[in-house]
Amino acid sequence: MMTNNPAIELKGISKAFGPVQANRDISISVMPGTIHGIIGENGAGKSTLMSILYGFYKADAGEIFIGGQKILIPDSQAAITAGIGMVFQHFKLVENFTVLENIVLGAESGEFLAPSLRKARAELAELAAEYELNVDPDAVIEEIGVGMQQRVEILKALYRKANILILDEPTGVLTPAEAGQLFRILGRLRKEGKTIILITHKLREIMDITDTVSVMRRGEMTATVKTSETSPENLAELMVGRKVLLRVDKTPAQPKHQVLEVSELTVVDEAGVRRLKEVSLNVRAGEILGIAGVAGNGQSELLEVLGGYRSATGSIRVNGSTIDLTGSSSDGQSRRARGIAHVPEDRQREGLIMDFTAWENAIFGYHRDPNHQSNHFLMNNTAIREETAAKMARFDVRPPNPNLTAKNFSGGNQQKIVLAREIERNPDLLLVGQPTRGVDIGAIEFIHKQIVALRDQGKAILLISVELDEILSLSDRIAVMFDGQIMGERDPLKTNEKELGLLMAGVISEAKK
Amino acid sequence: MDVMPKWADVVLVPLFSLVLAAFLSALLILAIGESPSEALKLMVEGTLLRSAGWGYMLYYTTNFIFTGLAVSIAFHASLFNIGGEGQAMMGGLGVSLVCLFIPWPHWSLAIVGASVGAAVFGMIWAGLPAYLQAKRGSHIVITTIMFNFIAAGILNFFLVGALKPKGSMDPATANFPASTHLPTFEDMAQLLGFEKMFRSAPANVSFFIALLACVVVWFLIWRSPLGYEIRALGKSEPAARYAGVGSVKIIMITMMISGALCGLMAVNTTQGESERLILNFTEGAGFIGIAVALMGRSHPAGVFLAALLFGFLYQGGAELALWTKIPREMIIVIQALVILFTGALTLMVRAPLEQLFLAIRRG
Repeated sequence: MMTNNPAIELKGISKAFGPVQANRDISISVMPGTIHGIIGENGAGKSTLMSILYGFYKADAGEIFIGGQKILIPDSQAAITAGIGMVFQHFKLVENFTVLENIVLGAESGEFLAPSLRKARAELAELAAEYELNVDPDAVIEEIGVGMQQRVEILKALYRKANILILDEPTGVLTPAEAGQLFRILGRLRKEGKTIILITHKLREIMDITDTVSVMRRGEMTATVKTSETSPENLAELMVGRKVLLRVDKTPAQPKHQVLEVSELTVVDEAGVRRLKEVSLNVRAGEILGIAGVAGNGQSELLEVLGGYRSATGSIRVNGSTIDLTGSSSDGQSRRARGIAHVPEDRQREGLIMDFTAWENAIFGYHRDPNHQSNHFLMNNTAIREETAAKMARFDVRPPNPNLTAKNFSGGNQQKIVLAREIERNPDLLLVGQPTRGVDIGAIEFIHKQIVALRDQGKAILLISVELDEILSLSDRIAVMFDGQIMGERDPLKTNEKELGLLMAGVISEAKK
Repeated sequence: MDVMPKWADVVLVPLFSLVLAAFLSALLILAIGESPSEALKLMVEGTLLRSAGWGYMLYYTTNFIFTGLAVSIAFHASLFNIGGEGQAMMGGLGVSLVCLFIPWPHWSLAIVGASVGAAVFGMIWAGLPAYLQAKRGSHIVITTIMFNFIAAGILNFFLVGALKPKGSMDPATANFPASTHLPTFEDMAQLLGFEKMFRSAPANVSFFIALLACVVVWFLIWRSPLGYEIRALGKSEPAARYAGVGSVKIIMITMMISGALCGLMAVNTTQGESERLILNFTEGAGFIGIAVALMGRSHPAGVFLAALLFGFLYQGGAELALWTKIPREMIIVIQALVILFTGALTLMVRAPLEQLFLAIRRG
């Protein structure tokens, strides 16, 4: 049924949450058999738009056309009926069900399960052959990898006869190799006439696979262009509204003495699983050690141990003296006293208290510092406020109002508050986890500059990130973590994404050092 | 951006909740054939237009300030202290032991001793569930409720046994020595030359301790590093862990302060009013404290105002029961409605108000 009608068309979609206009007069039209990218910073309104398409939210205004016909999508059931399938960033699978059971779930026919399962098994085999989507139908979800789980999500949508597939940040949890496989599958689906909408904040993915791309900024659609007629720089400019430097400007490192020496660090979690397996590494003054890896391979545990809130065995030395790994002198405050500052991976969960004001957050972790006290019992709130205002000005936090609650700042500005707090303590060692996760491109540039500047002052920096680009452009040395182990160390100038990707997937190449 | 300005959230929401509760109460009173306006008139005349009415109202208010502050401070650490009753009962035991067995030369010393006794007993009674929560993960709501029953049992045990004077039929201790008598508002008024003020009303100097407690709690929560840590833990446990704020320590300290405040209530009831320890002297004040803290938004100033309101309802309710056919139970229903609207249903009131402010802002 190839017609000239777009597979999906949105006209004038608007949606407001309270005073916030999340979507303003958005119009898109996607032709069948194409991949359309939607790119924008966090909070640009991408997710809201997709939630409207999938029936989670009701638009305040606007119309949706599928195959040229106007439809209403009051709930997700209606979206499925209209042929829309959604693959969420966080999978919606039942962990202890098999692949087959997950695919049938919610689409059972009749009172008995067995016929549905039989029917699904047959259809699954067809789908697998048609789109090269091979998954073992009897595998249990929790036992298969993330890439496989994502395929199950795609199969779920196809099983429900989806013609339009929406993927929300699909590569966030994948290794580069898995992402490559995903893109091959998407290419195959396109060839078979499916329409795909890819939501992402990664410029490279847009350039690699999409046919057309729409850029969103502050709830508005700022441009829709053919991918072949644009460039990453051009898209970044459209996203941010000004020219951005995509590369990090830095000179070669001048490493000096050892600041952090970690040896044979092992962490066993509450369930008895070994999260870190005899990890050894060191960071010198004046260099950035980047730790690459797919999320969940022990990086968080490493940061928590170094930050003082997870116990471990092994040894950690900072500036030559040993640090307690258990007991009462092993907590965040005693680590800070030893000159370790920590920008945690999740600023909203750990780094900030979202209901506290900026000035309260600006001393978080250092609140017992005598400098913040006006006498033995009371804090000097006035002085803290003034100091915070100055810090906010130096780190370009907008709006520069110390009395504003943390949750009212954008992701990038929240991160700047955390960064300002940790960097301005003049630490010997800075631990940084996912410094730019959920941060707008403009702020990324600023944050990277601050980290490099700290390095150039002769501080040691341990950087953990799941963004390979970030690791490659910031680090002076790269270590790759997989399954709680350091798989190897590489020089960023002499390695490439492919090699790192193999290490991230646990494949130790012949070039192992 | 917050949808509503802060003043609206703090003033308008409780006010509207209160108006709604009052409206429903009026309907109920109408339904049993009495006049709501007469009832309101009685309540106001019986409490606000007589000095003795004030004397009773402020007596209740004193209790509610202590328990309200106690619940508030636990709320700041995200702990729900339902054990105010038990902690106050144990506080009563502490007050009695101090007043009965230590010869005090003057009330001013006795009140210090009794306060310490009350606070320590309440502190211990809150400290046990706190330890179970912090170390063993036993939910504080469950344990504090159970500790209420245990406290009632202990109180009963002592009042029919060791602490009951020989030959007495009454489950109560002996009267405290005269030297522990706290000046009531009546005593103070006489001192100032007003003869017929606060006649036989129970309000006493411990009201001023309650006011002092409001100020101290305010400084503790909003100005001290300890209060900062309490609020931090209450808002986000992972963040507290990251910052190195020990949850075990903070849970213990917070609950012990909370228990101490509940215990202090007994200085008002036991040393100040009954001047001996009697069964069930708490009269549910520990639970009212929850409503007071909710309505007062866990802020000492709000707690003070809410405690005044509930003091008014308590005393006004007694007046109604005395002068009308409105049964005593109806008063409890009215109080329950106020708790329901100011506590549980604030969201229901807030949502339309937010809409209103949005509409105004959009013009």
